[in-house]
Amino acid sequence: MTANDMNSNETAKHAAGPTGTGPTIDQETLLQNETDPLTHTPVHLMELEGVGKHYGNIIALTEVTMAVDMGRVTCVLGDNGAGKSTLIKIIAGLHQHDEGTFKIMGQERKLTSPREALDSGIAAVYQDLAVVGLMPIWRNFFLGSEITTGRGPFRRLDVKAMKEITKNELADMGIDLRDVEQPIGQLSGGERQCVAIARAVHFGAKALILDEPTAALGVKQSGVVLRYILQARDRGLGVIFITHNPHHAFPVGDRFLLLKRGKSIGYYDKKDITLDELTAQMAGGAELAELAHELEALGSHGDLAQELEAEVAETAGQLPH
Amino acid sequence: MTTLLKPPPALDERVGKRGMVSNLLGRPEIGALVGAIVLFIFFSIVAPVFLQANSFATVLYGSSTIGIMAVGVALLMIGGEFDLSAGVAVISSALTASLFSWYFSVNVWVGVGLALVVSLAIGFVNGWILMKTKLPSFIVTLATFLMLTGLNLALTRLIGGSVATPSIATMDGFASAQAVFANDFTIAGVDLKSPVFIWIILVAITSWLLLRTRVGNWIFAVGGDENAARAVGVPVKWTKIGLFMGVGFCGWVLGMHNLFAFDAVQSGEGIGNEFLYIIAAVIGGCLLTGGYGSAIGGAIGAFIFGMANKGIVYAQWNPDWFKFFLGLMLLLATIVNLIVKRRADSK
Repeated sequence: MTANDMNSNETAKHAAGPTGTGPTIDQETLLQNETDPLTHTPVHLMELEGVGKHYGNIIALTEVTMAVDMGRVTCVLGDNGAGKSTLIKIIAGLHQHDEGTFKIMGQERKLTSPREALDSGIAAVYQDLAVVGLMPIWRNFFLGSEITTGRGPFRRLDVKAMKEITKNELADMGIDLRDVEQPIGQLSGGERQCVAIARAVHFGAKALILDEPTAALGVKQSGVVLRYILQARDRGLGVIFITHNPHHAFPVGDRFLLLKRGKSIGYYDKKDITLDELTAQMAGGAELAELAHELEALGSHGDLAQELEAEVAETAGQLPH
Repeated sequence: MTTLLKPPPALDERVGKRGMVSNLLGRPEIGALVGAIVLFIFFSIVAPVFLQANSFATVLYGSSTIGIMAVGVALLMIGGEFDLSAGVAVISSALTASLFSWYFSVNVWVGVGLALVVSLAIGFVNGWILMKTKLPSFIVTLATFLMLTGLNLALTRLIGGSVATPSIATMDGFASAQAVFANDFTIAGVDLKSPVFIWIILVAITSWLLLRTRVGNWIFAVGGDENAARAVGVPVKWTKIGLFMGVGFCGWVLGMHNLFAFDAVQSGEGIGNEFLYIIAAVIGGCLLTGGYGSAIGGAIGAFIFGMANKGIVYAQWNPDWFKFFLGLMLLLATIVNLIVKRRADSK
């Protein structure tokens, strides 16, 4: 149901997209249309090439190549332990890569702290959420980037302005919150994700990293979060959406990077892949077939397969092929 | 897309009117306030002397000697850390000022200045080790507590030859330092001592700092969720080190008062006082887990301590009962805090 909504939104949005490109974008046209606003040369917002990271003798990530552009959603898919977290930690400045190149706006960088990443316009919204539960929403919204008035020792928080901006920004994102004074810990998981996204957008993030934003959410809540991802995209942000759910990734994504055991097992443009191919790739085709046999042997395959097929067909029917 | 999203109504029906009372009940220091009022009424009944202005001034003075430290400790606890070395660090500061001035025969203000540097350095070292090692602050400051206790005794005997420091009453600058740190003011016939004023000023400044500045926001954040704070760019390390240095500063103020209220310091003093500061902060509504509390709460906690301490004397009871009272107050105030907080949140 929600997937349905998402798909129709997505199609409509693409048709009226700011760049006028259709729903099927390839890298070449992207590069031609999106240029560095300063130099007017074609450049990716972020570009990773052959990036790798090891902790001691453990290789956490190797040979990862991907790109992020403004107004596009790059999905990173993978199962647990595939290296998704390591990848975003490198991009968010929590860890440093030790192989390959990481470019921001065409410039090779190695981010040493989350602050540096923020200053470069990269904001991360983490799985375990970077919010302080006991603090009011407006304090959380501005945490680390507070607005102040006055000078010298009398420099103080501009409480009124911050409350107002928080309320307005959240309203702009279509987030309907009760009261900005309430502790953020009282909000639901989806609402907290949305506050975090709105915060990143407000502070001029050019790239937004979302670490499994839908993992802990119900179907309806996930839909809400996916909607905000599209809204962030339409505001011109480059979004990196990390998930292990191809059903969440496919409707919103423009590019898909598949990780497995720290390695890239595929990097696709949306036009080059379908949802079932994506799902199959994720599970590993052979393994999936094996699983199907096992389930069949257990006698539960019929129902499950029908259910799955129906779901796949429903989603695929909405696709702009 | 936008048509799918409902615009938020101007007045949200989910926000009920929150009255003055429930707003007040939502404050962290409410349990302490209730406790303070109950205790005040109780002692006013059992010991009428308690209500006289001069007795009250004495209570305030007793409260201030705990309260000055409780301010720093409360902030530190909101920031999610403990300082078990706070009690002896006060004495270390006083010993530094006294022994340095005496040994080198310099103006006592030089010693006072050096003591400030030492106090801030103790705080810095506590915070720095904590942030470097990621050990619990309980362990780190327990170690500093033991080391400072030993240093206080050993160095005092080594330099001054006794367990107490030699008198510095006749030295240059003593009178002026005494006028600052241990003066008596008579206002409308009431005898007030300078630590009371210093305490009130400190509480006012830190309350403002906590609620209306960036640093205050960061203190709540590092105590509430250190990792979240770090991820949004809060300088966690320096906030925490700063908080330990704040405790150091408060220790210096109290240490100077202890020194100049008399003219010598006992090197073995201060042990156990760290718990009084923590108790005052906890009674005042600071959570042991950090991220919640207030500077005023710590002050009310210290005031409860002062009332219980002096009230027992005015009621002419045996002072042996004092610790029992303190324990009871701690239990009751924290239970009231808990109940009130749950009630206020569920409303």
